[in-house]
Amino acid sequence: MSSPRDVVISGIGLVSSLGEGPDAHWQKLAQPGLEPVLEASRFAPYTVHPLPAIDWNLQIAKRGDQRQMETWQRLGTYAAGLALDDAGIKGNDELCATMDMVVAAGGGERDEAVDAAILAASESRNDRDVLLNEKLTTELRPTLFLAQLSNLLAGNISIVHKVTGSSRTFMGEEGAGVAAVETAAARIRSGQSTHILVGGAFQTEHSDMLLGYELAGYLHRGAWKPVWQRQGGEGGGVVTGSGGAFLVLEQREHAVKRGRKIYAELGPVVSGRARRRRDELDAEIAALLKQAALPNGELLAVSGASGAHAATAAEKSALDANPALAIRAFSTLTGHMKEAQFPFAVALAALAVDRKAAYPVFDAANEKPFSGIPRTALATAIGYHQFEGMALVNAA
Amino acid sequence: MANLRDHMNRPIVAVTGIGVVTSLGVGKADNWAALTSGKSGIHPITRFPVDHLNTRISGMVDFLPSSSKGASLLTYELAETAAQEAVAESGLDAVDFGGPLFLASPPVELDWSERFSLYNSDSEDAGAERLLRVARGLKELDIFETTQFGSIADRLADRFGTRGLPITLSTACASGATAIQLGVEAIRRGECDRALSIGADGSATAEALIRFSLLSALSTHNDLPEKASKPFSKDRDGFVLAEGSGALVLESLEAALARGATILGILRGCGEKADDFHRTRSKPDGSPAIAAVRAALADAGLSEDEIDYVNAHGTSTPENDKMEHLSLSTVFGERIGSMPISSNKSMIGHTLSAAGAVEAAFSLMTMRESVIPPTINYDNPDPAIVLDVVPNQKRNAEVGTVLSNSFGFGGQNTCLVMAREPV
Repeated sequence: MSSPRDVVISGIGLVSSLGEGPDAHWQKLAQPGLEPVLEASRFAPYTVHPLPAIDWNLQIAKRGDQRQMETWQRLGTYAAGLALDDAGIKGNDELCATMDMVVAAGGGERDEAVDAAILAASESRNDRDVLLNEKLTTELRPTLFLAQLSNLLAGNISIVHKVTGSSRTFMGEEGAGVAAVETAAARIRSGQSTHILVGGAFQTEHSDMLLGYELAGYLHRGAWKPVWQRQGGEGGGVVTGSGGAFLVLEQREHAVKRGRKIYAELGPVVSGRARRRRDELDAEIAALLKQAALPNGELLAVSGASGAHAATAAEKSALDANPALAIRAFSTLTGHMKEAQFPFAVALAALAVDRKAAYPVFDAANEKPFSGIPRTALATAIGYHQFEGMALVNAA
Repeated sequence: MANLRDHMNRPIVAVTGIGVVTSLGVGKADNWAALTSGKSGIHPITRFPVDHLNTRISGMVDFLPSSSKGASLLTYELAETAAQEAVAESGLDAVDFGGPLFLASPPVELDWSERFSLYNSDSEDAGAERLLRVARGLKELDIFETTQFGSIADRLADRFGTRGLPITLSTACASGATAIQLGVEAIRRGECDRALSIGADGSATAEALIRFSLLSALSTHNDLPEKASKPFSKDRDGFVLAEGSGALVLESLEAALARGATILGILRGCGEKADDFHRTRSKPDGSPAIAAVRAALADAGLSEDEIDYVNAHGTSTPENDKMEHLSLSTVFGERIGSMPISSNKSMIGHTLSAAGAVEAAFSLMTMRESVIPPTINYDNPDPAIVLDVVPNQKRNAEVGTVLSNSFGFGGQNTCLVMAREPV
């Protein structure tokens, strides 16, 4: 039964190595046996899924604005613009000025050349703290700080797209994306907000972004494999990708009054924090599946599994325990997009429900076919290191 | 029998525990004594060499065991210390808090000390390639965890037994206020009876100082550190980078009364509005800040005439103080000249991600103690900013309601309205 205060998805903005926009993603992902776009040499021994060619001008009209952002912020601002366009909100001053925003963000790109020069000089200097002052005061570009600051993705979305109702930035890897979607949905359900822009972006083509995983040995090395086939391989199992995902969440009544297309209804969003050192992850995933109250019958599960060995094995065994689930781990084709992972999963789940068809298997050895019409789809993000979340998406 | 619901029929949110750490000391007692005697916590930087730096003073917290261990560990200790004081005061279980956690903390990065030691533990290749190779050989997770944005909250969740997925957030210099706002909203929506909201910032590294310095945001009054932060003065020349933490235990009034807790104050309203003008400057007409103040008043169900005192953002930058004056005088009209408005930052500097929470803690104490902390270093008033800044000396006054402002880079504007008593 639909209710006026349901949360619906009325706009989707996607960017990944596969292209940009919901249509392009649907067309690609609906092709059986699609090959991933890979970049295996630039960051060897790591493989990444690189950004597609993007004409930034299409969503960020002013060159001056583009220059004030590093790629991560530009990517997020671009994906947010796609979602606003898709929802018919972009350029509507009144809707933008009353629109709330929750962005899931990490950090931006440091200046690799400056860092490398400092590190090189540190080999022959004992006064490293003085060296740091000397180099940073003279070689850092003054505005770089803002171009990499976490909350400035949201700040740039305000400046470029005029979304100014409110602006909040959540941090914390996949969990930030989960909490952003969960909080946004709760605000709409409680009547605090009528329309919210929520999402994130991740630009992996920077050594610090790889280092953020590799300090714990999380990255997969050697030849690329699908997410479910990396156990026991060289490295930690994660292959990253650049991309972004933004959703326009809207109160059903608000979207209907505007006469907008509704992709899907966002059902329960659940989240958790297993204490993984105490081996709570299996139980936590099972508890979340229970909380999400899955409908009976065959169900499409769009999994955000990262490939990280322990978390991915736990998710696989929990999902496999329910024979009704047909799992699709999209990171096989896009790579892991950290803060954007959960919004991306929710977007793909909504697309399948909207198009009345499931995705073909992304890994025939580990995923089973789904032939019916998905009325509901599950989206998951089990953090590669911490935090877990899921959502159910229902036909509009 | 007190009303348990507010003017919009939402649960009233009470404060039952307060904790604070600043350069003035650990805990409410020490901080309040210093703050009301007009003492400054700003001092010369000793944590790292100051060669080549234009600014050589700060309000760093140098007296904790983690003070020299990097931004991530210090931010954790600051958060834990303030939260411990707040939870203890509330009388709730200190290891099984039972409500959600909202943490305002600075974005994290691999500290330079770690970068140097990783890099120099090997000699093959160079630059990022070498760092990555050394990184994948590490056997411990300690360094990794300092680079994960969710790790500080994860540790705090373990320490205090908070419920569910903890939220770590950043709205730049408004972060602390946003953490409180998220807690208030969760209680009002009926998701929980209590929440732990913390703002903590221990990120005053050399690089952070240099970054703000390159944006010309910092005071360079190095010779007399305690005089450097001078909000609303004509010769103000930037903020003073500082560290600290503030924590509040928020509870529905109903739940707090039911367990016989002492009510320390009421979180009556929260308001926010984003600015689309510029990355660091506010819209010249001040409309976003004005809208944020008005939204907070409306959310609190109070009119302009019902605010007794403003705890200003008052950073001591030329831009902020001018714009804050413009916004407040637009909202409060002629009354602005006679309302007490003071800036805690004149004594503790700008604690960035923590500021909104630290200043909410001080706002609540202002009402409880009936004493308004002064704006110190107000020796040379800016003639363009006519305000009663409670200059240089504390003032005894009955304060029933406070507006606390927080504004940040990226167009962030968040305001809180607090009251001494439930309606």
